[in-house]
Amino acid sequence: MTRTYLARNPSVLWFLLILSLFTLGVTVLSEAYGVAFLSTSFIKTLGKTLCLCLAALAMDLIWGYAGILSLGHMAFFALGGYMIGMWLMYARTEGIVITALSNEALPATAQEIQNGIAGQIFGVVGASELPSVWLFAHSLPLQLMLVVLVPGILALIFGWLAFRSRVTGVYLSILTQAMTLALALYLFQNDSGLRGNNGLSGLQNIPGLADVSQDRISVWFLWASAFALGLGYLLVAWVVSGKFGSVIRAIRDDEARVRFLGYSVEGYKLFVFTLTAIIAAIAGALYYPQAGIINPAELAPIASIYLAVWVAIGGRGRLYGAVIGAAAVSLLSSWFTGGRAPSINLGFYTINWVDWWLILLGLSFVGVTLFAPKGIGGLFDLLQGLRSPDRKGAALGPDDGSLMEKEAKE
Amino acid sequence: MRAALAAIVLALLSLMPLAALAQTSPPLSAVQIVEDNRAQIEKPSRQTIGPVIAGLAGSGDPQALVILSAWANRGLGVRKSDGAFVLISETADGYVLRALDGSDAGTAARADITELRPNAGVRGVIATALVQFNLSDPDPARRADALTTIARDPAPELLDPLRASIDAETDPVLRARKDRLNRLLTLRFDPDSATRIAAVESFSGDLGLDLRGALNPLLATTRRAAPLGTAIDGNIARDLKPGSDLTEVEAYDLLVAANLAPARLTPAELKSALAANITDGAVAGIPLADLNTQAARNRAYTALEVAGTVPVAATDEEVTQIVAGHRFVLTYSEPDTAVTTAAQAVLTGIEVKLGAMQMADLALDALSLASIYFLAAIGLAITFGVMRVINMAHGEFIMMGAYTGYVVQLFIPNYTLSLIVALPLAFLVTFAAGVAMERLVIRHLYKRPLETLLATFGISIALQQLAKNIFGTQARPLTSPAWLDGALTFNDIVSISYIRVAIFVLALVFLMFFLWLMKRTRLGLEVRAVTQNPSMAASMGINPDRINMLTFGLGSGIAGIAGIAIGLFAKVTSELGNDYIVQSFMTVVVGGVGNIWGTLAGALMIGTLQKGIEWFNPSNTLAAQTYMILFIILFIQFRPRGIIALKGRAAGD
Amino acid sequence: MSNFKGALLASAIAMTAGQAFAQDDTIKIGVLHSLSGSMAISETTLKDVMLMLIEEQNAKGGVLGKQLEAVVVDPASDWPLFAEKARELMTVSNVDVMFGCWTSVSRKSVLPVIEELNGLLFYPVQYEGEESSKNVFYTGAAPNQQAIPATDYFLEELGVEKFALLGTDYVYPRTTNNILDSYLKSKGIAESDIFVNYTPFGHSDWSKIVADVVALGADGKKVGVISTINGDANIGFYKELAAAGISADDIPVVAFSVGEEELSGLDTSNLVGHLAAWNYFQTAESELNDEFIAKWKAFAGENRVFNDPMEAHVIGFNMWVQAVEAAGTTDVDAVRSAMYGLETPNLTGGIAKMLPNHHLTKPVLIGEIRADGQFDIISATDPVPGDAWTDFLPESAVLEADWAELGCGMYNTETKTCVQIKSNY
Repeated sequence: MTRTYLARNPSVLWFLLILSLFTLGVTVLSEAYGVAFLSTSFIKTLGKTLCLCLAALAMDLIWGYAGILSLGHMAFFALGGYMIGMWLMYARTEGIVITALSNEALPATAQEIQNGIAGQIFGVVGASELPSVWLFAHSLPLQLMLVVLVPGILALIFGWLAFRSRVTGVYLSILTQAMTLALALYLFQNDSGLRGNNGLSGLQNIPGLADVSQDRISVWFLWASAFALGLGYLLVAWVVSGKFGSVIRAIRDDEARVRFLGYSVEGYKLFVFTLTAIIAAIAGALYYPQAGIINPAELAPIASIYLAVWVAIGGRGRLYGAVIGAAAVSLLSSWFTGGRAPSINLGFYTINWVDWWLILLGLSFVGVTLFAPKGIGGLFDLLQGLRSPDRKGAALGPDDGSLMEKEAKE
Repeated sequence: MRAALAAIVLALLSLMPLAALAQTSPPLSAVQIVEDNRAQIEKPSRQTIGPVIAGLAGSGDPQALVILSAWANRGLGVRKSDGAFVLISETADGYVLRALDGSDAGTAARADITELRPNAGVRGVIATALVQFNLSDPDPARRADALTTIARDPAPELLDPLRASIDAETDPVLRARKDRLNRLLTLRFDPDSATRIAAVESFSGDLGLDLRGALNPLLATTRRAAPLGTAIDGNIARDLKPGSDLTEVEAYDLLVAANLAPARLTPAELKSALAANITDGAVAGIPLADLNTQAARNRAYTALEVAGTVPVAATDEEVTQIVAGHRFVLTYSEPDTAVTTAAQAVLTGIEVKLGAMQMADLALDALSLASIYFLAAIGLAITFGVMRVINMAHGEFIMMGAYTGYVVQLFIPNYTLSLIVALPLAFLVTFAAGVAMERLVIRHLYKRPLETLLATFGISIALQQLAKNIFGTQARPLTSPAWLDGALTFNDIVSISYIRVAIFVLALVFLMFFLWLMKRTRLGLEVRAVTQNPSMAASMGINPDRINMLTFGLGSGIAGIAGIAIGLFAKVTSELGNDYIVQSFMTVVVGGVGNIWGTLAGALMIGTLQKGIEWFNPSNTLAAQTYMILFIILFIQFRPRGIIALKGRAAGD
Repeated sequence: MSNFKGALLASAIAMTAGQAFAQDDTIKIGVLHSLSGSMAISETTLKDVMLMLIEEQNAKGGVLGKQLEAVVVDPASDWPLFAEKARELMTVSNVDVMFGCWTSVSRKSVLPVIEELNGLLFYPVQYEGEESSKNVFYTGAAPNQQAIPATDYFLEELGVEKFALLGTDYVYPRTTNNILDSYLKSKGIAESDIFVNYTPFGHSDWSKIVADVVALGADGKKVGVISTINGDANIGFYKELAAAGISADDIPVVAFSVGEEELSGLDTSNLVGHLAAWNYFQTAESELNDEFIAKWKAFAGENRVFNDPMEAHVIGFNMWVQAVEAAGTTDVDAVRSAMYGLETPNLTGGIAKMLPNHHLTKPVLIGEIRADGQFDIISATDPVPGDAWTDFLPESAVLEADWAELGCGMYNTETKTCVQIKSNY
């Protein structure tokens, strides 16, 4: 029980090694810094995938380890994107407005600059005043703080309300889904001050880096995303490895017992919920400058369900499982829907993957939950020779899919 | 504006023998008028066609009326070969032609004729011109049409023909309509004040939209201003006090608009004035670089004012002073004070009743929405409420029901018959799908509720995509039978469409059905037993597997029927289910799981809440949905077990 | 990790494979329309139109002696994916021109990418204006080619005095209603006579809104509805309208997003007489149109309809071919300069001309819905030049776009300066 952190988490070293090799490899193959084998758009896809992996990591912590199936974590992810997006838009527009106004006879007043920016950003949605939510948008440090604070505080309040009144299980799942739906509907309104359905766009143009080509910027963001993923992996691995980790796993397996043992179950849950929300938000803040545009559709309940599905397919309760699931499913998804997958001609009918991929994906959820609750991660158990004992139908805990056998041995 | 136009037409009509169009003393024949105004008739505009129509209607030529009504009903065409106007009537492969004078002109192929299509505005002008002839037409339908036309475009000149036709009217319904229209026109257009007041007062307590449409224009007000001491002509409604009734800015703008005060200096004008006076990199001695605040710019402008290079602009104090020196009033557009007082009295009299009726209409809407949510959620109340199984594919079962309805309509063109076939068929289809899903997937996951959610979600997206592959993403028509068209109308304010009434009835039927099934049948007893304690139930000889399968099938089957109902009033698309799934879950959760009355209460609460919020903020329906969900989230925090919570052992975990 | 790397490798190979197939003796045309997701229904037909046009042009011998080659990608109705696919088209597939996008969000997503890489995009759908990018040609209607003439029709021909502006809550209705609001005020309509309502996408519960519209008639003014309601939501709206017994003579409705396709989802017998404004209707009577529809049906199938954005692609493609022939190269800047002033016949019997602000001259047609779901054209104007910056909003009235003379898409005529060369997105 007193082994070192790394010894208890051998996957951390492997993970970091593979991640650095991957980053190095992509850099060497990139257009900006290497042999130009990979296109810039593909590097952006890879960078975005790393961010999704980080979000999946957070999902794994809250679901695989703490047993809370949150169907609202993509809301935090998108909120992080919105927060950084506000600064990106504001600062870029500010540059344009100042240049335009400098042509005039009189030097511009602060008010004129402000009005100019508001007109540029909101002209497209028929408003010309800067809403109060943009109060801090002029300052990068303040807005970066908001990336953490806004989703964090939202998660804190929501979690506090929900856990306090003992909303658990599927009820909590539905409630978190309602939360992300409400937030999406709210942002869809133009009156919410974040440009409604249009969302924030042009985020790939980083203010102050107008002269740097997207080839380079995309690689920089890939590095940043890889760094954040590595850091996130270390952090989450550390959180789940100590006594704290044991308590949250115990909450997953039998919440009432942990409560009777004197632990503040609500406090633990709230901490995990908020922490994962913040991790998701940071992932989002890195994701959207690579995607270039964020709009409320990104918060639709289905996005969060996908997140859960990635984790389920990768394997819950093991961190590398989440990363594998997110990377594999999202990359496969973009491969199939990109029209690159060859159609299968059955003679009487041609299977066009653009049409059939979602059906395959849907059925594979069913398959995974029914036949391989451990997901892809289960393969690693096979490699290590771990096998679930036959308990004659009695479950070790309510969550078959999570990696429990090893934990039970510890 | 419309009234004015109609007035021109009718004025011309009455003056016809002297009018400019008919300068020669014998009136022109209709054919001649049409030929003379060829360009206008081929491309008519409501603004300019008036005299032509008036000329035709007033020509006295009986054929003119035939031409006019043919023109309005797309029965007038131009033969491409010789450009002649012809009266046309469509047949299967072309047109039967008659010349304008009524003589037979043979037939023509579709491509040889340009059909004239006057727009709705021109058709309105034609109808108004024909009113006087149709008011006493032997055909009651034409008389009714004429009345509709008057109601649509009331004009002073129509009053006399209308009054003249009342006595001869034999149809009691039309007579009542004529009488009502007469009073409505009288109160607006009669020259005699007392007659008008009597007409107004005869409507006391009436809620009709047409009445309000007649009274409100009389009471339309405009803001006016005049220097203190000068008289304001017109029928003054009341005085306005700057500061409370209108802001000082509005008051001043009113004065500017009335040329009673100089316009204000806008920041843009100030800026261009300064820019025009730059000398040696400075304005009035203030260097350009310092002019980056509004205060500095104001200082510079004041300095220029002092120097006399720019005109003096009104400062805030001066504005206050000028506003204080004027009187602001609201005046009625109707000059007769007695009439406006009477009209106001009638409107005030119905105010409370009107408010109550609006509430009643809102309540009906809320009830209708609630019954839709209830119908969508009732299947879920069974699968989720009774069996504690999360079925994310519930929405797709609703969709399957709706598509079943569509497919049945493809094969059975009679809408009533197809509905009768579709309802049980939708039940069977979704029942089968539900049973299959329970057998293949759900039964393996009873111990893992969270994973049921994921697996059924997988089925949901697969089914949705499958529907897209089969039916396409385009919405498909599901048309209700004719007897469900139209609306149940209580008065001009309270009404609800029959299709919504039908949904309401359907919801009630299912509520009864559910209660009967659960409380009065063997199956219901067994379901309740399995829900409470499966192993105990099993040892009593109940087969829990079979019960679970049937219950699940039943819940899914009801979803299928709900799908037909929803498809009838909204749309049939592959995303139909998606729109209802979260709301359905919330209905069940808010109401209280495992209790049908709870689901009903939940649906009522959500429906009422949503309509209530919409009423507060009518311009943004999206906001209503957002706040409704927010409210539900908060509600669940305080009553996590829903409105009607099960107690004791039945509550389970 | 093997799976993870495997997937990466597979994708990477797929990416480069696309490159390897590229032949140098063809001119590549990118088709950027969603083939899956919610927009697929509208956009798939546009892809088919492009394929037909390209096939037809190749049969005529191609352009500049080279064959044309379509590169079709699927942005899957996912806005960020539009940007990604556009970049891929320009940098990996090396296309010379792109035809694509539907909805302003998708265009705004693509804008930064094409401006960065100096690409060329033809955007075929009606939109809210307030934009003129150097790299985009807008072949759909600007507000003054659809919304303003339709409103004029309401004011002048139908005598409407009170307006209900109903729209789906997104940028096109918002901006259009904003423009109409100030336009109506300039025509003397009071603020209190303009009722505005926004509903979510796919809204289905219309009873209260229809009741609100009916109640507007209480002050005796003629009420008209200007609808910017999008897509499926129209079905519930028209059904409720029919149920409430509102005829087009009482409360006319003019829609800007309802065409032949939307009407196929419902029974139109109760909607006869309601209106739609477009630059093209399938019922347009011209030889070119008959010929084209025959060709289209032969290519795509007998029961496929032809609509306004499809016509826009036809015009855009023909102009691009002409411009390339004139410039003798597919270089974006050369083609761009050759585009200005080009004329090509439109399908309704007139001539479309490309203006220096990257918009077309188009006729405005107003159609009445028929019982068979098609439209009767009851009003057609002469071609109206598209205006990038509306004259009815004070901030935009001073702006002008002229890429031929001024070289600027956002030129302030008051201060005589170019506000910005790149677009705001």
